[in-house]
Amino acid sequence: MCEQASSPILDLELPAAASLSRVCRRGTALTLLDTDGGANVSALLYRAGEPLERYCMPDTLKAQHIGRLTAGVALYSDMGRVLASIVEDSCGWHDTISGHTTAEIVAARWGADSYQLARNEWRRSAREAFLVELAKHGLGTRDLVANINFFSKVAVDEQGALSFVAGHSHAGAHVKLRFELDTLLVLWNGPHPLDSEWRARPVRVILAEAEPAGAQDTVRCSCAENKRGFASSEAALT
Amino acid sequence: MSVSVQDDRRTEGTARLVLDVPAGEGFARELHRGEVLRIVDLHGNQAVDTLFFDAGDYANRYSAVDTLREQGGVYLGAGSRLLALDCKPLVTIVADTCGRHDTLGGACSQESNVVRYGEHTRHMHACRNTFLAQALAWGRGLEKRDLSANVNFFMNVPLTPAGGLEFVDGVSAPGKYVELRAERDTLVLISNCPQLNNPCNAFDPTPVRLIIWAA
Repeated sequence: MCEQASSPILDLELPAAASLSRVCRRGTALTLLDTDGGANVSALLYRAGEPLERYCMPDTLKAQHIGRLTAGVALYSDMGRVLASIVEDSCGWHDTISGHTTAEIVAARWGADSYQLARNEWRRSAREAFLVELAKHGLGTRDLVANINFFSKVAVDEQGALSFVAGHSHAGAHVKLRFELDTLLVLWNGPHPLDSEWRARPVRVILAEAEPAGAQDTVRCSCAENKRGFASSEAALT
Repeated sequence: MSVSVQDDRRTEGTARLVLDVPAGEGFARELHRGEVLRIVDLHGNQAVDTLFFDAGDYANRYSAVDTLREQGGVYLGAGSRLLALDCKPLVTIVADTCGRHDTLGGACSQESNVVRYGEHTRHMHACRNTFLAQALAWGRGLEKRDLSANVNFFMNVPLTPAGGLEFVDGVSAPGKYVELRAERDTLVLISNCPQLNNPCNAFDPTPVRLIIWAA
């Protein structure tokens, strides 16, 4: 825990189907709080100012020999640097191999919808929201890569079959990301693409100051790979 | 898994192209709709890193996560439809004598080699450099931005129910092959993996054969 006594930089409620994008600086940490339970937050990360460098699902998984994300895990860019670390997690499993909802998925599963009909309850998809948020930063479809689905578990069996675990995240569950480099973060709050239910639940988003990873940091020291990844991030600061 | 689906109809004599690609080299070509590309693992347990793009819109490229979610499983094999970002197929695996292919392990790069194996591997040859060289040679604006999670044909990267990921010996063998049918005009980008630090190819990268037949 690196809680600061000072008030948070940001403390807001992200409504269902809403999105946000902002640069989160090194020296800050973001907490996502699933206030009602059953949330899913789809996320993309890019290195601020160097958006050709972005979160890389394959490098994150293979560097740490993992198939899911949880506390102690470093989120790697495709350039061998750690963009952010998961420093707290009450869920145990966050998915990063199943993608995100598209307009076609939303329409097929929950029916046609529009702003005219539903006003701000409109069931927009993650894909539509991601593209709008990315466009605010000069990015687009070519920058869409495998995303993270915070609070969601997609189990894999011995044969490799995938199954969505409904209700994986309980009310009050939280996950905390500490940024190791200035990072453009894009979030969308809405159902996992394998969920059968449209879960219109708000998620609380808190960004606060946090001490950068020290020499004995548990994420840094969890494996030799992460020590090298953190060193690469720190070499980029000078 | 490990379903073997052979294709005995096609011979090299009727092919449009027969080309051996040595380890550490790459290949780029547009497959026309209906054309079939066979990749032959000549010596066994070679990793063939491959990317696909809609030939009419490179931004609409192969999406590993959409492919896995829509097929409901993490390994590729006969019958797998490799989807673009629009969630429609670019190519379908129509024959496969290997039985399992990876799309979560990604391609090696200088930077990921440093993370995984140490600073001494920084200047070893790596797939993402090959992809970049192939992309630049192909032109038409293709660049780093267009490189995302690829397919690793003949590579075995099992996920465990507990949430682990392992790199293990390949399930391939000399002469095993996989066949892809283009469902639309599709640009194929290949890096025949030069990795010297990974047991998946027994630390010995070897050539593969590419054979293309008309629709």
